[in-house]
Amino acid sequence: MMIPFNPADLIAIQPELVLLGATCAILLIDLFIKPSQRDITHWLSIATLALTSYLVWRGAPELSSGVTAFNGMFLHDGISVVLKQFILLTSGLSLFYARNYMRERSLLVGELYLLVLFATLGMMLLVSAGSLITVYLGLELLALSSYALVAMNRDSASSAEAAIKYFVLGALASGLLLYGMSMIYGATGSLDLAAITGKFGQVEHPGWLAFGLVFLVCGIAFKMGAAPFHMWLPDVYHGAPTAVTVFIGSAPKIAAFGLAYRLLEGGLGPLSGQWTLMLAILAVASLAVGNVLAIAQSNLKRMLAYSTISHVGFMLLGFVGGTPAGYSAAMFYIISYTMTATVAFGMIALLARKGFECEEIDDFKGLNQRSPWYAAIMGIAMFSLAGVPPLFGFFAKLLVLKAAIDAGFLWLAIVAIVFAIIGIYYYLRVVKVMYFDAAAEETALPLPSDVALRWVISINGLALIVLGLAWGPLFDWCNRAFGV
Amino acid sequence: MAQWPLLSILIWLPIVGAILVLALGRDARVARWLSLITTLATLIASLPLYLNYDAVAGGMQFIESHAWINALKANYALGVDGIAVALIVLTTFTSVLVIIGSWGPIQKRVSQYMAAMLVLEGMLIGIFCATDALLFYVFFEAMLIPMFIIIGIWGGPRRVYATLKFFIYTFLGSIFMLIALIYLHMKTGEFSLAAFATAPLGTTEQAWIFFAFLAGFAIKVPMWPVHTWLPDAHVEAPTGGSVILAAIMLKVGGYGFIRFSLPITPDASQEYAWVVIAMSLVAVVYIGYVALVQDDMKKLIAYSSVAHMAFVTLGIFISLALVRNYANADAARLGIQGAMVQMISHGFVSGAMFSCIGVLYDRLHSRMIKDYGGVLNVMPWFGGLFIFFSMANCGLPGTSGFVGEFMVILASFQSNPWIALVAAFTLIIGAAYTLWLVKRVIFGEVTNPKVAKFEDLNAREWIVLGSFAAAVLALGIYPKPLTDLMDSSVLQIVNALMLSKA
Repeated sequence: MMIPFNPADLIAIQPELVLLGATCAILLIDLFIKPSQRDITHWLSIATLALTSYLVWRGAPELSSGVTAFNGMFLHDGISVVLKQFILLTSGLSLFYARNYMRERSLLVGELYLLVLFATLGMMLLVSAGSLITVYLGLELLALSSYALVAMNRDSASSAEAAIKYFVLGALASGLLLYGMSMIYGATGSLDLAAITGKFGQVEHPGWLAFGLVFLVCGIAFKMGAAPFHMWLPDVYHGAPTAVTVFIGSAPKIAAFGLAYRLLEGGLGPLSGQWTLMLAILAVASLAVGNVLAIAQSNLKRMLAYSTISHVGFMLLGFVGGTPAGYSAAMFYIISYTMTATVAFGMIALLARKGFECEEIDDFKGLNQRSPWYAAIMGIAMFSLAGVPPLFGFFAKLLVLKAAIDAGFLWLAIVAIVFAIIGIYYYLRVVKVMYFDAAAEETALPLPSDVALRWVISINGLALIVLGLAWGPLFDWCNRAFGV
Repeated sequence: MAQWPLLSILIWLPIVGAILVLALGRDARVARWLSLITTLATLIASLPLYLNYDAVAGGMQFIESHAWINALKANYALGVDGIAVALIVLTTFTSVLVIIGSWGPIQKRVSQYMAAMLVLEGMLIGIFCATDALLFYVFFEAMLIPMFIIIGIWGGPRRVYATLKFFIYTFLGSIFMLIALIYLHMKTGEFSLAAFATAPLGTTEQAWIFFAFLAGFAIKVPMWPVHTWLPDAHVEAPTGGSVILAAIMLKVGGYGFIRFSLPITPDASQEYAWVVIAMSLVAVVYIGYVALVQDDMKKLIAYSSVAHMAFVTLGIFISLALVRNYANADAARLGIQGAMVQMISHGFVSGAMFSCIGVLYDRLHSRMIKDYGGVLNVMPWFGGLFIFFSMANCGLPGTSGFVGEFMVILASFQSNPWIALVAAFTLIIGAAYTLWLVKRVIFGEVTNPKVAKFEDLNAREWIVLGSFAAAVLALGIYPKPLTDLMDSSVLQIVNALMLSKA
């Protein structure tokens, strides 16, 4: 069979091509520089992400329409543009937060940058996927890079354990997804998501579709970390080096949103009556498991991991309506969550020093006495995660609650806020130790020498206030992407 | 002054001041002076609000409206009626005194304390100005953050428990209100309070929304039986925190009933007014008795706050019965007017009482009644003022405490003499717990040798207590400026109550 090739398709995929080319170039450059010159790799990687972001921006089509390339394999639409911008942004942020931490532990190797860049490439493919093949391709590129990132600290037993868990459960999830995809392919005879939607009426065995759908939802829930498929998440977040946790806790969540949207709405939209209910159940389970178990944690990374589960639950509220307005709210939510999570995990990385991980909640005791500025930034992140106005996180919650209520899921909204109240407690506990408890030592905090890190995390933290006061443009952007 | 965005200035001036205090306040003196200047400037800026508000016309004035979130039709919309003007001036006035009162007692991390107080002031003014429900909610919740920090850092031994309880309790109530607001937004497509007030709502919808609002505001007021966070928060909060909490934050609940429950759910408010009235009467009697047995001065005043705020809710909801059942609009006006006067008066009186306890606490570092006795012998001026405020607290004619209570009882009488009888019980029991407090703390022999060494009020304490005393006396003798200010606004609320929405 002759597959037609249209050179214009390359324009659509230009940012990804540039990212791939630059990543390979960085791979080579990193081979030839001395370890002391690793900053070159660092800044090159940041520059690559910035350039890619610019190209995504420049090539952005009219946001609501979009173009398809490679016979529908690749979608370049408003949704992918917004998601890619934030994937690139949070990947860049996590590189800033990682450098100092990894250097102090002699882990600052070129692989860190390469794996992050490859993972970013995978995510960009994933959110642009127009066919089951591209979905899987992007997903695996992301997943394999992430497994290796978690195992970055070879000498640490807990890191290795986390990586193995991540790998085994991630492979299981991929298997579930593949199995579901094969059922759908079997039912419709097509891998193209748009074609799958188009063939719904004429499917010979509708049962196969529903069967495949269940597997897809399970796979997506695994990748997102929605309960009851969340088991890997706390261990991986906890076991991975904090600098890596910043990354896997942020950008892949945006990609997971893209995965869910592409597969469920893009491919199986006509089945939304079935999957919205499944997602509603997943949402309740995630809210319950995440919020209740987070209370019991004494390790901040674990606590934030459980809080991630609860936030995934909140994000799913946007999906239950199965409407563009709901997806837009969910996208806003996931952007808000990742912007906040980078601050929270980044702060752990910032405060950690050689021989001191600063990952127990008690390690934050009296932070306000020792460094009022960083205590305030962390406090902002905690209040934002808790959903207290006027911070970013509150408005995200408002929008998904509104989406759920508009969709007629009033009970779900009420369940969500009940768990949000429970959730308040553990976020406040972090504020409590920072502000109300006395520091073990009174001296000013030794701050990392990395000036860029200090600036970036401060701007990231203040952005949570600014975006809380003026979130209209971002919300409009999300709405335009979904044509609301 | 119409061209100036006066309300925005009032909201943002303290917040900008707070940022300056944090940035420049490494030296405690700079922080104190800078905050004092900020609060004074805010107080001065709030005077044109009072002077230029056209009380005869009533309604929303000083209106500002800018698009905020187009997609949701949420606006940065501000406006004040007579009720809001009174509460804003109360806020700016009290804030100055709180800053002065915290001059000496706060020695630890002064700039953060002052900044938190200033942010809180800005948020509180924002609550009273907002005419957009989302904006209101943002201020309503955001004010919890500075208060959480104030109690948690500068509070007493059990501060962490108290502040967590305060935060979670109040958050619990208001988040149900958020659901109601989102529901109303779904119905009307916008967030403006005026649109909410005119939206037709069925009886069942109204009932749900009413109870969601009740959850939010009853906890803020706080009403019996959801008042239990208040004594803890008051006891553990630093003096300044207690003053703001009692004088202004509790008023937010009463204000919310007037601004949200009455206009948006008039039929449900009428149907369930008996619930609120019953809760208020229980608070008046039962909480009065609870106050009687306290051995901690701050707890006693905290419980007395609950009992006094019950008059506010009683006044607001008795007016519904009067309008709907008896078509007695005059008495209904009296009820709401009384509730408002009671709110303002309680702001002054409770603020003053907590300041008095702060004065004593700074000298002995104890809040226990048994540690004191015979204070009048060593602090005659202070003793005199304390007795004066106590009289106001039990509603002696000539003080502000009398006016509001009298108006509410008068209104209740026209609805049901039995309600009035129970409400009037406060005059006895209020006198009992307050005067007994005075007897044990102020009068008698000096038994504690440390009390014997007390010095009388210093200049700063004089300013604080003197200003409160002047306000209490002025309002008690001549409340007409206040009632005139609110009269047309109250009338408009009462008129709106007569219309059914179902």
